[in-house]
Amino acid sequence: MLNKRSPKALSFTQKITNHLFLMVICPRFRLRKRGGCHTKRIIVKEEYCMGCGLCEVYCTVQHSKSKDIIKAYNREHPRPLSRVRLEVNKPVSFAIQCRHCEDAPCVTACLSGAMQKDEATGLVTHDAEKCIGCWTCIMVCPYGAIKMDASGKVVSKCDLCSELDVPACVANCPNGALVYKEVKP
Amino acid sequence: MSKYVIVGASAAGIGAVEAIREVDPVGTITVISEEPCPQYSRPMISDLVSGKANFEKMMCRDDQFWQKNEVQALTGRTAVSLNLAEKWVALDKGDHVNFEKLLIATGGKPFVPKIEGADKDGVFTFTTLSDAEHLLEKVENATSAVVIGGGLIGVSVTEALVKRGLKVTMVELKDTILSLILDPTASEMVENVITKAGVTIVTGQSVQRITGEPEDDNIVGGAVLTNGEQVQCDLVIIAIGVIPRMELVSGTDVKTNRGILVDRFMQTNVSDVYASGDVAEAYDFVFGENRLLPLWPLAQLEGKVAGYNMTGKKADYPGGTAMSALKYFGIPIISIGIVNPKEDDAYEILTRHDPERNLYKKIVLKDNVIVGITLANDIEQAGVLFHLMKNGANVKKFKQELLSEDFCLATVPRSLRRKVYPGEYK
Repeated sequence: MLNKRSPKALSFTQKITNHLFLMVICPRFRLRKRGGCHTKRIIVKEEYCMGCGLCEVYCTVQHSKSKDIIKAYNREHPRPLSRVRLEVNKPVSFAIQCRHCEDAPCVTACLSGAMQKDEATGLVTHDAEKCIGCWTCIMVCPYGAIKMDASGKVVSKCDLCSELDVPACVANCPNGALVYKEVKP
Repeated sequence: MSKYVIVGASAAGIGAVEAIREVDPVGTITVISEEPCPQYSRPMISDLVSGKANFEKMMCRDDQFWQKNEVQALTGRTAVSLNLAEKWVALDKGDHVNFEKLLIATGGKPFVPKIEGADKDGVFTFTTLSDAEHLLEKVENATSAVVIGGGLIGVSVTEALVKRGLKVTMVELKDTILSLILDPTASEMVENVITKAGVTIVTGQSVQRITGEPEDDNIVGGAVLTNGEQVQCDLVIIAIGVIPRMELVSGTDVKTNRGILVDRFMQTNVSDVYASGDVAEAYDFVFGENRLLPLWPLAQLEGKVAGYNMTGKKADYPGGTAMSALKYFGIPIISIGIVNPKEDDAYEILTRHDPERNLYKKIVLKDNVIVGITLANDIEQAGVLFHLMKNGANVKKFKQELLSEDFCLATVPRSLRRKVYPGEYK
C-alpha cells in the first residue's frame, strides 16, 4: 500500500506550534458553545482556513483508542487516521470531511450495505464490520472524503463525532473555518 | 392486485423498493425473486468462497428488509410470462399478479459458450449465491482449478480459490486480462501480482474441451486449451460474463436490443413498464447512447430512479458509464469510462507511471473534458475526478495537476468548484 505524505502537509510539531501561536494571537479564537442534535452539519469556511492542520490532529486524537494526543501519535500503531483532510493548494486551503450528502452516492454504490443513510439523523453511517474494502465508495465520493483506513482493508470517514456535542475538528479550529450548525433539510 | 410489481430482488429491485417507500408509504409492493434470500450482495460471492465473509456479512440489507418496507416478497418463485394488455405477470405455479407499475429487474445470466464436457460434475458458473455455495462444497477436496475468463468475475473467483489454497490456471481469450476495463499497462500490473500469487495466466487461448477423470468420465479431470495444451484440474469455473435475462419480455411489445431499452426515466417503450439493472440497456453519459453496463452500483441507482418514477415522482437517470473499483490481490485500482481510446487525435492522454512504487495514473481527455480515468494504488481522490467527469467540466487550466499526488478538491479552481458543487457554495 502506498503510504504517501504530501510535501505540503505540515509536520506534527508545526501543527502544535501553530496551535500555540494561534491561541495567543488569533482574535477570532473562541470556545464555541456545545449542544444540539445531529440535524447539524459542518460548514467549511474556506476564507478563514489558514491551513494549520489542527482539525486533522484533533480528529486523529478523537478517533484513537487512548484519546490522548501524545499516546495517539506516538504509541498507537498503526497511528489512527484523521477522517478530515486538510487540503492545501496555496493560497487556497480548507478542511474537508464527509458532507453526509442528502442523496449520497456512496450509499447507493456500496456493495455490502456498510454505508447507510440513517433515517432519523440523516447521517451517512459506515459499519466497518460490514465493509469489505471494495473501494466503490471512494470511486464515487465527489469530495474525495473517504479514505482507506490504516489497515488497508476497510474505508474510514467522518462520523461527525457522534459521541461529542461538537465534532473535534470544529471545536478545535482556531479560526472558525469549520462551523457546526443547523442546516435546512 | 399490487400497485407495484418488481421482478428480481437484487441491486435494482432493492433500490426500487427503497425509492418507492421514500415517496409512497402505503402503495402495495410485490417482489418476485427466484432466490430464497435475495437481499445479498452478488459481488460478494467471491468473499464467501474465500472465507472473508460469511452468509450474514453478505446480506446487504437486514433480514427484516421486506417486512420493514411492507413488501410482499414472493421468494423462490419465478415469473414466467407477461400480459401487458391486461397488466399481469404469470408465476410458475399457474397463479398471477396484477400490476399498475411493473419493474423488470431480472438481471443477467452467465454466458456459457459451447464447450465439450461442460456438463461434467465440477464445472461451475459464478453469478449467484447458490453458485458460490456449490463451489464452496467442492473447494475443500479440490487442489486445482481452471478459470475461463480473465474479466472481473474471473479475477475475483481466482483470488478466492487462491486463498483456499488451490492452484489456479486463468484462461483469457484476449491478449490481456481485464481488457475491457484496464489498459495494457494497468493490466500488466495486475497480471504481475496474480502471477506472484502462484496463478498461471494463459492469454490468447480458450478452453476447447473439458475432460473427465480416468476412473469416472463424469467428473472433471482437466481442460484442453485451443492450442492443444492439457491442464489438469478438479474444477472448471466459467466466468466469461453475463447476458441480460430477457425471456420475460420475449414476444411482447417491449423493445430490446442487447438488453431491454429504457429511457432516462428507466421506462421501456411500454408505459408503466420499467427496467433496471443488468437486464436494461441504459444511458451511458460518456458515449451518449444506451449501453449494457452490468455493474452493481449502477443497477442500484437505476432501480432507485425507476422506483421514484413508478410512484409518479419524476427522476432523471443521470447516466452511468463503465466504472469499476478493484481490490483483488492487494492492488487497489479504479477504472472509469474510456481507458483504451482509439488512436485518434480527438483524445488527449495523460499518464504517469512509477513502477518502483507500483503507481499508475492515466486520464483520457476529449476537448479538455475527462472521459476516462485509471488509477492504480493512489485512488483516494478518484471521486473528485469522477465528479468533474460527470459534470463535463473543462479542466484545461489545471490538467497538468490532475495526475499529481497532491491533486484534491483544492486543486480545482474556486470558480469551477462553485459550478460543480453548488450545494457547498450557497
